[in-house]
Amino acid sequence: MEQKDVIIRLEHISHSFGEKKVLEDINLYIKKGEFITFLGPSGCGKTTLLRLIAGFLSPDEGIITLEGKDISALPPYKRPLNTVFQRYALFPHLDVYDNVAFALKLQKLPVDEINARVQKVLKLVSMTDYEDRNVESLSGGQQQRIAIARAIVNQPKVLLLDEPLSALDLKMRKDMQIELKEMHKKLGITFIYVTHDQEEALTLSDTIVVLNDGRIQQIGTPTDIYNEPQNAFVADFIGDSNLLDGTMIRDGKVRFAGHDFDCVDSGFGENTPVDVVVRPEDIYIMNNTDAAQFTAVVKSCIFKGVHYEMYVDSDAGYELVIQDYNAFEVGSEVGLIIKPADIQVMHKERLCNTFEGEMTSATSVLFMDAEFDCLDCGLQKGDKVKVEVDFDKIDLLDDSHESDVEAHIRNLLYKGDHYHLEVKTAEGYTFFVNTNDVWDRNDLVGINILPEDIRLSKLENE
Amino acid sequence: MNKKAYWALPYSIFLVLFVVLPLLLIAVYALRDSSGAFTLSNIAAFFTDPKIVNPFLVSLEVALENTAICILVGYPVAYILADKSLNRSAVTALLFILPMWINALMRTIATAEIFAAMGIGLGKGTLLFGMAYDYLPFMIYPIYTVLSKMDRSYIEAAQDLGANPVQVFFKVTLPLSMPGVMSGVMMVFMPTVSTFAISEILTNNTIQLFGTIIQENFNNLMWNQGAALSFVMLIIIGLTTLIPGNKNEN
Repeated sequence: MEQKDVIIRLEHISHSFGEKKVLEDINLYIKKGEFITFLGPSGCGKTTLLRLIAGFLSPDEGIITLEGKDISALPPYKRPLNTVFQRYALFPHLDVYDNVAFALKLQKLPVDEINARVQKVLKLVSMTDYEDRNVESLSGGQQQRIAIARAIVNQPKVLLLDEPLSALDLKMRKDMQIELKEMHKKLGITFIYVTHDQEEALTLSDTIVVLNDGRIQQIGTPTDIYNEPQNAFVADFIGDSNLLDGTMIRDGKVRFAGHDFDCVDSGFGENTPVDVVVRPEDIYIMNNTDAAQFTAVVKSCIFKGVHYEMYVDSDAGYELVIQDYNAFEVGSEVGLIIKPADIQVMHKERLCNTFEGEMTSATSVLFMDAEFDCLDCGLQKGDKVKVEVDFDKIDLLDDSHESDVEAHIRNLLYKGDHYHLEVKTAEGYTFFVNTNDVWDRNDLVGINILPEDIRLSKLENE
Repeated sequence: MNKKAYWALPYSIFLVLFVVLPLLLIAVYALRDSSGAFTLSNIAAFFTDPKIVNPFLVSLEVALENTAICILVGYPVAYILADKSLNRSAVTALLFILPMWINALMRTIATAEIFAAMGIGLGKGTLLFGMAYDYLPFMIYPIYTVLSKMDRSYIEAAQDLGANPVQVFFKVTLPLSMPGVMSGVMMVFMPTVSTFAISEILTNNTIQLFGTIIQENFNNLMWNQGAALSFVMLIIIGLTTLIPGNKNEN
């Protein structure tokens, strides 16, 4: 499917820093003239991906093509791309004019032409009359403009922007967002933008690529990403959301928060466990409880400028967040309605923890580099086994000394009535835990698993 | 008076006793003859007496050459030491500084002995070698410090804008490391103008530097003449420090 309007294509890109894999099998194409954003939390690999495209890093595996030509091995100075750096990286020994003219002077263009082009881009970024200024005497916003002018003066095919607005204050950032969007329209070139700010990504982009843990989570337009997140991570990361465990009873019928709801999703099969997302503004709240699908008690109500944000406890014991233009009194009983189209149903990425292990005796098994007691189910020492443990059957301990496994909480998702935690051991194994206890990111924990909660099945030797 | 201001008192006394007063004494001696009467002849001698002017010009020439050698040898060394992909250990940087921990006189005498053992005659070549050997660390270290602190994003920005490795060096790395080169020059050039031990030992006194002339004056109890030479040199050195200072401000 070779499309004419594709400018950059990434195929099976992987990259590691030492032992740590930061990008894994990235496949992506970028269309000509598009404003595309790499979005994700810090450490997700978005900046690495940008640096691979710019040429400051070369991929361990995979190829990058620009207009059909492989540029993976090309040094940065031979790539027709330019970058706006996070902290601008304006040359402190050159004035504004010489900074902007840097690329043109390297090409030994005639002075008249350099002059004309520098004036043109300075006008575009509204920085005319600043030519002779020392770059260090400029404000953050002005330096930002010069950095953009310097990057576009050479008419690159693609402009790369590495969190360019992160150093600016909120008001300035909003203004610059609008200007960037206008600049993109005027220049008509491809913008590749990196940010951790989901609001910025939603505002600016034609296409958003959501990244986490070195993998692409979802690619889509801002509305796609917001309205139809493909997994729990995207739903949680983009905007506010109620993220709940649910069961797809049959096509068009899903059960969550203790009730059955009509929905528009189908094709999940019958009685399939799923993740359900409902945006806070999509839950209708009213004083009338008779006409409601279910009821709840208002726990807190905070004014947020345009709307009120309320936390409620549902009749089945789930905590939900709701946004509405009207305030509802704390402690009052309210009725809630969720429309079928506002329920987003997603496949669960996993149903239980699965490990590969080896029996160390009839009643003990080794996995995650630690030994656990298990029930005797006729397996012998040395047998290779598949180990399964349910999310809620792993106990987290405050004191890691009581356990053979030492691990850190990496990520947490609130699911209305419990937390779903991602935990990583010191040896690099990842597992998931459902718990009602409150933990924080980066907490150090030990684990305990009861022998009867470890399910074993023998792996056949090939 | 602020209570903390008293803490500065010992240092103020030290400054007056050991810096300001001696400088004034040099000026006073320089402007008097041996009987104590005011005169400008000591100063005038500096500019008219060929026995004084010539060694001074030779000193300037040797100092310029030594500084040039130190930059040409020291810059690449500092560049390699500061590049993390070429040098992964801080110990190598220390090794280049290590000779400074040995007494300069002993080092110079040892150098002369080595030349003697190799049958190399002492002269300008050996003088420059000895000087470069002595002063190289003072050039390497400031350049190394500036280069290792330099933000890599400047280099990346230059590459991004189309500069090949050679252009990156001459358009960005070198200009941005000039403050280091400048302090290296200050630490090498000025001491070499007034050095005397190295030239005595490494040229067998065949090349007389300005430091030697001053030393001879004092040895022969011509205090006023010696003070005048020191005084003029002090002013010349003072003027040269202003040159790089002005450059940086621009």
